[in-house]
Amino acid sequence: MKREETIAFFVEQAKKDFSIVEKNLAGIIQEIKLCEDKKLNYIEEFDEQDVLKQLAELKKSFQAKDSKYFGKLFGVPISVKDAICVKGIESKAGSKILQGYKPLFDATVIERARAEGAIILAKTTQDEFGFGTFATNTEKVPKNPFDNERSCGGSSGGAAGFTAFTKNYHLAIGESTGGSIACPASFCGAIGLTPTYGLVSRYGLIDYANSLDKIGAIAKNPEDAALLLEVISGYDEKDSTSLAQGFVKDDATIKRIAIVKDFFDNCDEEVKKVVQKKISELKKFYDVEEISLPLNAKYALSAYYIIATSEASTNLAKLSGLRYGAQGEVNGKHFDEYFSEIRSSEFSEEAKRRIILGTFARMSGYRDAYYLKAMRVRTKLINEFNSAFKRYDLLLNPTMPVLAPKFEEIEKLSPMQNYAMDLCTVPANLAGLPHISVNAGFSRGLPVGLMAIAPHLQEKRLYSFAKVIEA
Amino acid sequence: MAKVEVDKELIRKVARNARLNLSEEELEKFVPQIKEVILDSFNKLDEVDAKEEPSFQPVSVSNRFRNDKPKNCLTQEEALKNVSVKLKENGYFKGPKVL
Repeated sequence: MKREETIAFFVEQAKKDFSIVEKNLAGIIQEIKLCEDKKLNYIEEFDEQDVLKQLAELKKSFQAKDSKYFGKLFGVPISVKDAICVKGIESKAGSKILQGYKPLFDATVIERARAEGAIILAKTTQDEFGFGTFATNTEKVPKNPFDNERSCGGSSGGAAGFTAFTKNYHLAIGESTGGSIACPASFCGAIGLTPTYGLVSRYGLIDYANSLDKIGAIAKNPEDAALLLEVISGYDEKDSTSLAQGFVKDDATIKRIAIVKDFFDNCDEEVKKVVQKKISELKKFYDVEEISLPLNAKYALSAYYIIATSEASTNLAKLSGLRYGAQGEVNGKHFDEYFSEIRSSEFSEEAKRRIILGTFARMSGYRDAYYLKAMRVRTKLINEFNSAFKRYDLLLNPTMPVLAPKFEEIEKLSPMQNYAMDLCTVPANLAGLPHISVNAGFSRGLPVGLMAIAPHLQEKRLYSFAKVIEA
Repeated sequence: MAKVEVDKELIRKVARNARLNLSEEELEKFVPQIKEVILDSFNKLDEVDAKEEPSFQPVSVSNRFRNDKPKNCLTQEEALKNVSVKLKENGYFKGPKVL
């Protein structure tokens, strides 16, 4: 990674010469238009007038040398996953049921990015509410920049796709519930940094699953991802699960790392080959061993899908076609009839499936056997990780078991086969552990991601490790 | 645990609880798909003997209280900004009948 390629370098230059900000933004607006023409579908919503207004205000900050001028992201365009609320900009989490919803407030992460001088550029495409691994469960399906017949990965597909596509300085805010940052980062050859659960405020995030959702960063290099995390993390009184501390970009010492054999074994040969080669290069820096996490390998997916669908079905219960988003005609209808009608017509098939699964898992008679059991199993799985971290600083596995698949291949997968694709990303997400996906190389011209998992609040190790990989 | 029979009747009942009207085609499609997820994945947890306390959050979160002081909130006009004209009346939300 060259220093000239980093956001930090751009910001430093921008503070000397504002035309650098203008030129970069003009370039990126060109690219957004090009994406539209080519139907690459990375961008869900883009309001040029709003962006130019932000630019004009930033110019005033440049002249006045106010606090934004001294910000860490002065002049940096940031794209935002559609599920994160941006004031006055349609924010619908890729769903028809939230069509037309323009939040009256900024999510905390947006507020923090703006305070550091960032330009909120556009909303990026995603699976509806994050329900998916390939960003195909929505109307605007992003196409992989390395091969337009293939998926960008999901659910933060547009974020990773645009990050790989742009030649300008840009950062992307993504969100992960079960792997929605790491997966698209892997398929698009970007860096995907998912923090510890609670490190970044979820205030203003359109929830998927409250005990799993984590807002994080997608960027071209580890330096940029860490910078964005530094800005958006930290305690927020508006989020009751927000942790007391934030992230500070700093190096950590890493000595011993372990490859998670069970996750590794379940991957395609071409993925294994690339990752294995990368790991063999690491042996000159670290002690590399193998470890087995049998409980996570066997049960994480089951526990995850029970918890995620349970929480999702509760969250989506509030969407009933009143007050915001899709709305119909009341016409003397009973509320049950009205709610059911609008929910049935506006939720996609995958949302309906997950609502049914989650409602089932919480139903009286089944709740203890499914929902509560899954929460107990989760404790066991966290404990398994924690004991591994007594011996190792980091755990490694391929991010995804396959190369970015073609859309026609995805269509043939059953929901269960689809869910099983998350086998490497789900365990860390379920345990709330920070993780990063870094490009390990290519196979058949497609990027392959290597994922590193750290103990809770040890994001520094991920940052240091990713820099070694990228060097 | 009692064996669960995943059939049309169960899915229809669950969907009704979730305020979803499923068409006959959707039911035909969903029953085998949901059956596969419940039987192959959800039921796998039967094998695990888990006496641990449940982790409702993956990290321990402690209560922190805000000062009990009022702050600015949305005005009535702002609160109605996202409502379609059909669903507001005289500065209020208009909803379907409840009784």
